[in-house]
Amino acid sequence: MNLAIHTDVREHEGPTVAPGRLDEKVAVRRLNFYYGAYRALADINVNLYANTVTAFIGPSGCGKSTLLRIVNRIYDLYPNQRAEGEIMLDGENILRPGQDLNLLRAKVGMVFQKPTPFPMTIYENIAFGVRLYENPSKADLDQRVEEALKRGALWDEVKDKLDASGLSLSGGQQQRLCIARTVAIKPEVILLDEPCSALDPISTAKIEELIDVLKRDYTIAIVTHNMQQAARTSDFTAFMYLGEMIEYGDTTQIFTNPKLERTQDYITGRFG
Amino acid sequence: MDKHEHIVRSYEEELAALNTKIAKMGGLAEQVVGQSIDALERRDPDLAEVTIKEDEVIDALEHEIEEQAIVMIARRQPMAYDLRQIMAALRISADLERIGDLGKNIGKRALAVVGEQQPKKLMLGLKHMGELALEQLKEVLDAFIERDADRALKVWYKDEEIDAMYNSLFRELLTYMMEDPRNIGLCTHLLFGAKNIERIGDHATNIAETVYFLVHGSAITDQRPKGDNTSSTPVPIRRPAE
Repeated sequence: MNLAIHTDVREHEGPTVAPGRLDEKVAVRRLNFYYGAYRALADINVNLYANTVTAFIGPSGCGKSTLLRIVNRIYDLYPNQRAEGEIMLDGENILRPGQDLNLLRAKVGMVFQKPTPFPMTIYENIAFGVRLYENPSKADLDQRVEEALKRGALWDEVKDKLDASGLSLSGGQQQRLCIARTVAIKPEVILLDEPCSALDPISTAKIEELIDVLKRDYTIAIVTHNMQQAARTSDFTAFMYLGEMIEYGDTTQIFTNPKLERTQDYITGRFG
Repeated sequence: MDKHEHIVRSYEEELAALNTKIAKMGGLAEQVVGQSIDALERRDPDLAEVTIKEDEVIDALEHEIEEQAIVMIARRQPMAYDLRQIMAALRISADLERIGDLGKNIGKRALAVVGEQQPKKLMLGLKHMGELALEQLKEVLDAFIERDADRALKVWYKDEEIDAMYNSLFRELLTYMMEDPRNIGLCTHLLFGAKNIERIGDHATNIAETVYFLVHGSAITDQRPKGDNTSSTPVPIRRPAE
């Protein structure tokens, strides 16, 4: 078993980030979200700080994924869904009508629960997105693909079969391919919606290591049902319940000494 | 403290079992300390032997608790209050094991002083000190079972009294020894006995700190009044007459 990835890069800081150096990358303010007449999110306020990982936890249907879907405005693809409030990305409200959605989605990448490689070669899976935004030369593109696959911790496993279909990879590899694809277009924020829920422990460990490394360059939000994963990978944790933000704080505090009993009940698996 | 129950019932049962074991261990530790002080006072070798046997049961319980805690951490990956409960069980069982050892040690001293003439006043002082330590131990174990941080905090502050008694006993024993060198053997044993009781008090305050942490998730921030200053008490040296 190849566990070399664990020893690769270990210069990043521990999970606790000193306050005062935090830079608000994304600021969600008084956010309400509606599926038709149904209010799925109620007055959400939360920050994603630059170069940190924020975990969103809470029972199914509490609005975690909905929140992520608003940050890159995927919900715009569906009728009858609307958001009210503000989401500031570097001080600009991305919910404003004139927002260029292609530009936004280049800045805010997303990885989903199930790996979603395109039915193309591994190479094309990465190159496709890059070509959408830029017009690189063949040599530059090769370079970008290699770089992205390295960032996705997949390069060593696929460098000799870049022409194989993305679908021929294992689940864990496909998920890392999707992360590489996201990283290839040089986003600023990465949204991970249960990225490890379909993966075995080794693939999960590789993705978690990847999150640790990637947070040095990006702002990361992760939705997860795995409490230990949230505790391991994140700097901040937000607990949501029935569309509301219940408790938001430093991950260490949330998992060792949460302020609210509802948070405590949820993370320890009690009847609330 | 009133907490909601776990969805997984066996988890709830495991935590309850851990609490029961701590309670059992605490009860035994109280018994060992109480009996060993009695044995010392009455110079009863049979009772002293009993305490030495009982300490073995305490040691075995500590191992059981340690093993169960490790299994629970591995299997349940406890969080928040659950994690604190398991950490508390580990720490308290270690303190209780030490208390058992100290009790056993007092029992051994009792065996050593059998047949010696004992000054009443000294024995009385030692007995009082033992009673106070025992009371502290009882209080802190109740505080643990009821998850009562305020009660634990009272124990924490009260340790000063044991320290003060130890100081005065220490001085008295010194006086006896200086008066007549034939007292030195007995007084040394009693001095160790007193020191052991003082240490039992310290372990009770450790447990109080753990209970406070268990309830509040943070350490006691206040400075504890320190009463034991025997380590800096000068011993007057009388030069032998020339």
